[in-house]
Amino acid sequence: MKLSLDWLKESIDPVLVPAELGARMTMAGFELESIAPAAPPFSGVVVAEILAAERHPQADKLQVCRVSAGGAELQIVCGAANARAGLRTALAQVGAVLPGDLRIKAAKLRGVESAGMLCSAKELGLAETSEGILELPADLPVGTELRAALGLDDTILEFAVTPNRGDAMSMRGLAREVGAITGLTVGGVAGATAEGLQGGGAIPAVAASHAERAPVTLSAPAACPRFHARVLLDVDNSRPSPLWLRERLRRAGQRSISPVVDITNYIVLELGQPMHAYDLDKVAGGALTVRFAAAGESCDLLDGRTVPLAADELVIADATGPVALAGVMGGMRTSVTPETRRVLFEVAWFSPAAIAGRGRRHGLTTDASQRFERGVDPEVGRLAIERATALLLAITGGTAGPVETTEVPGVDGGAIRRASLVTLRPAQVKRLLGLELPTGRIVELLQRLGIEHVAQATAHDAAGDALVFRAPPHRFDLAIERDLIEEIARLEGYDAIPVAEARATQAIHALPASVLEEQRLLDLFAARGWQEGVHFAFCDPALQERMFPGVASHRLSNPIASDLAVMRVSLWPGLVHAALENLRRQQGRVRLFEHGVVFPVGAPECDRIAGIAVGTRRAEQWGEPSAATDFYDVRTDLEALAGLVESSSALVFEAGQLPCLHPGRSARVLRDGQAIGWLGELHPSLVRELGCPSAPVLFEIDAAALAVGYPRYEEVSRFPQVRRDLAVVVPEEVTFSALRDGVTSVSSGLMRHCFVFDVYRGSGIETGRKSVALGLIFQHKNSTLTEGEVEAVMSSIRATLKERVGATFRE
Amino acid sequence: MADLESLTRSALDEVAASKTLAALDEVRVRWLGKKGLLTEQLKSLGALPAAERPAAGARINEAKQQVESAIEAARELLSRAAVEAELEAGRIDVTLPGRGEARGGVHPVTRARLRIERIFRDSGFEVATGPEIEDDFHNFEALNIPADHPARAMHDTFYFPDGRLLRTHTSPVQIRELRKGRLPLAMIMPGRVYRVDHDMTHSPMFHQVEGLVVDEQVSFSHLKSVLQGFLRAFFEKDLRMRLRPSYFPFTEPSAEVDMSCVFCDGAGCRVCKHTGWLEIAGCGMVHPNVFAAAGVDAERWTGYAFGMGIERLAMLRYGVNDLRLFYESDLRFLRQFGAA
Repeated sequence: MKLSLDWLKESIDPVLVPAELGARMTMAGFELESIAPAAPPFSGVVVAEILAAERHPQADKLQVCRVSAGGAELQIVCGAANARAGLRTALAQVGAVLPGDLRIKAAKLRGVESAGMLCSAKELGLAETSEGILELPADLPVGTELRAALGLDDTILEFAVTPNRGDAMSMRGLAREVGAITGLTVGGVAGATAEGLQGGGAIPAVAASHAERAPVTLSAPAACPRFHARVLLDVDNSRPSPLWLRERLRRAGQRSISPVVDITNYIVLELGQPMHAYDLDKVAGGALTVRFAAAGESCDLLDGRTVPLAADELVIADATGPVALAGVMGGMRTSVTPETRRVLFEVAWFSPAAIAGRGRRHGLTTDASQRFERGVDPEVGRLAIERATALLLAITGGTAGPVETTEVPGVDGGAIRRASLVTLRPAQVKRLLGLELPTGRIVELLQRLGIEHVAQATAHDAAGDALVFRAPPHRFDLAIERDLIEEIARLEGYDAIPVAEARATQAIHALPASVLEEQRLLDLFAARGWQEGVHFAFCDPALQERMFPGVASHRLSNPIASDLAVMRVSLWPGLVHAALENLRRQQGRVRLFEHGVVFPVGAPECDRIAGIAVGTRRAEQWGEPSAATDFYDVRTDLEALAGLVESSSALVFEAGQLPCLHPGRSARVLRDGQAIGWLGELHPSLVRELGCPSAPVLFEIDAAALAVGYPRYEEVSRFPQVRRDLAVVVPEEVTFSALRDGVTSVSSGLMRHCFVFDVYRGSGIETGRKSVALGLIFQHKNSTLTEGEVEAVMSSIRATLKERVGATFRE
Repeated sequence: MADLESLTRSALDEVAASKTLAALDEVRVRWLGKKGLLTEQLKSLGALPAAERPAAGARINEAKQQVESAIEAARELLSRAAVEAELEAGRIDVTLPGRGEARGGVHPVTRARLRIERIFRDSGFEVATGPEIEDDFHNFEALNIPADHPARAMHDTFYFPDGRLLRTHTSPVQIRELRKGRLPLAMIMPGRVYRVDHDMTHSPMFHQVEGLVVDEQVSFSHLKSVLQGFLRAFFEKDLRMRLRPSYFPFTEPSAEVDMSCVFCDGAGCRVCKHTGWLEIAGCGMVHPNVFAAAGVDAERWTGYAFGMGIERLAMLRYGVNDLRLFYESDLRFLRQFGAA
């Protein structure tokens, strides 16, 4: 909300420099968003009158003007079409400095001397665009400084108004806040009351001079229980709005359109009461009804769109149908134009519930809808219609009819929110804020906001000192005790609340060993050369479908982009995308991992850890041959993860297939017999499609499956261990885990460890077979193994392997 | 015994001529071994008259001793030379880099989050999380944001066709935790949140951390103290904090939290737009309607809540000036952050 300081000062003068006022408002909950002069600096510009304007002898588009600026007559060459005799306008004299550091010098334009420049609003920084030179009122004294004549040495303060404070979205509302903060009394228009209408107030009633009325029917009494209407005749809306009005609107960030429209906009800014003006000649039947939209109805809005209406949308309708979306925007069919002669003013009160969210359905957030959905003072309408009438008659001429106020019966009894009574227990102030305030101070602070102390209500409080307050009608956010405590805190100032250390409750929290500490997990990967990435949880539907064909995913109704439209079912699409981007950025070696949730359909969100490795096994370095990273490099990292968890439940990798992985180079990862994830190389066809220079290795593990146990000591055997090596020749397809299973099945608890120290193919081994060199370590718990015992085990191992996997043995 | 003298001289010459420890050892065996030439001399004593034997024996032993000492001295010299030769030959370039895997790193947002968690954990807070796909009740309704509330316009929400949504803040976790009914509680709730917004300063996905303390005696005073303590701990600076009245539907009174700018210490700079203050968090006392929705008796319990953007904390701490860098996984960016 932009506020002209000069405008404010007509009602209350806080006697503060603008920055200080802004700071005080900020600390009272109205954050100062900007502070700016009403006009950029310029000097040497005065009010001047064009005495005569003649065509430039050498140029069709220029005029040579004789201009009076109070002193000697001046000759000025001007290119504006509206330069004409009798016009008062702005003259930048020789020596003037205009915004943008434009210095005005005496010049010759196509051979004609020009002693200065006649200025447009744009040239003076008063508008973004403008046509022609500034047209000033005829009563501005010639020769006066333009800045003084237009009050341009004003300051514009822009305040953020929070959604609970619709009452502060006007000059009147902000003036009330300034009054509350400073303790000063609000006068002028901001302080005008209904009592003042009959004389003595800043807004006096305008007497009717004709009797024409426009009947109003309220068919939705809860949504619209009160409607002021007034007919104005013989209005000349083709006149321009006066400069003061255009300036006020400009300083509030609005453009001038026509006097009728400008006045309705001005009333919103000044009093916070949205209003609407109809061209009465276009209102079918000359009468209005406020009702909810009927099935299938639509409304042609002022912005040129036709919007379909739902049954909970309130409209103003004439005999043919809706003419306005109530409280949001007027309609095109009955809109005022420069030709409008008969005007119907609408000043209605709509309940917040009837307006809230309706504009947004149609993509509309208007000055009216913002205020109505937050709550408009039900008492200010009467002032608004008189104020608007007086302004209109002064600007456009014409005559006013009587104010026709339509109210549903018993409106004061409930249809319009009655100023509510709120009970406050002073002890609660201390309890919530930690700030001790005497009751007198509490009452004083609230009274500054117009919150009236009406009674002592002993019944409400055991302590017997509860106070009852009445909130003013413009405040829609004061319904419960807490609301008043907030106001007290705000006005006393949050700085006044002491900082106090809390008494810590000595609660001991459980520390389950089964939960793997995230930091250990992340540090493990980081220590092994992986870099953590964080990617959006929504991903490219095409890539996800390509990688996980047929897997359902959650699709967003309103994605920010079509390639971020579905929730990920795996961390891989994000990681693949990130890896490709890095390769594109000439990062030849990528090891990225991510820890985050995925969103399977029909199952709870699942915490995963996943990674992608592509490029060389190691960063290029001396003393180590360069090789592409492969399945086994990443497997090592996953096994380290298992080591982090518990040594006794190592991960098991068994051949398995996923559509996006190389069928011969992918494994399902198991722990304690449970499938917990995948490891494998990206499928060669995907590698090609994505343009990867080499095949990435991917893994993904269910983080919850990494539940930890804790180690339990097992006694170390004091007896010597015996090693036997066994070179087993088996068909290619026999896996190491099959060999190991064979070995352990017959080693009767004597085997401590079985490992591979070589895999050999080639000379001496027939094609289709491989030689796997196993190292076997035997040890007995309670005795020294004899040669015979070891030999017995070894021969049963040989027999088993021969039988199970067709092994032969090399010496 | 001119013979002994010349033998001794010969032995000493051979010692001197030995160039290696092995050669020296041969010389020792040759002269002083069991069958060594000087050792043999002792056997000849038996041929001498008894009266001469002691003197002759003494001379032989003296000669042996002499040769022994010479050998020892030579051995010492040769060993030293051998070590020196090994040292000379074994020089390496210690400035060559180490081999093997280089270190990776943890994402800066995670780093910041873990730091936040650590600070609060050390102060007795528990860490809780909740789902990212939420329903209207937990994300809005229970937080005192009914349908059509103007505050909903501040949350540009991602929706799914079934009416569920991506949580717009971590506050729904508050409701889930409060409804468990385990009071008093002190917890923080970090996590990803989502808003339909994508530009220089907004990301459609970002991270928040929410704090919630509910007890029988907590007030705004305690909230101030916890926030100030946290900010000072997180930034390791003795910074100032101020609270400005604001509005959030789920707290009342509510405040925006400003801290003195960590770059200029409040003097005014480009980062703080010359105000000396940086907006860093929102907070307030839990609204009675939220307690009601969660089944907490507001007459018995009071509570405060606060929320912060983790990216903002990370940006300020690590000097990152573009939010979008966090989600691009550019290794040149990520490598600047080591382990947590």
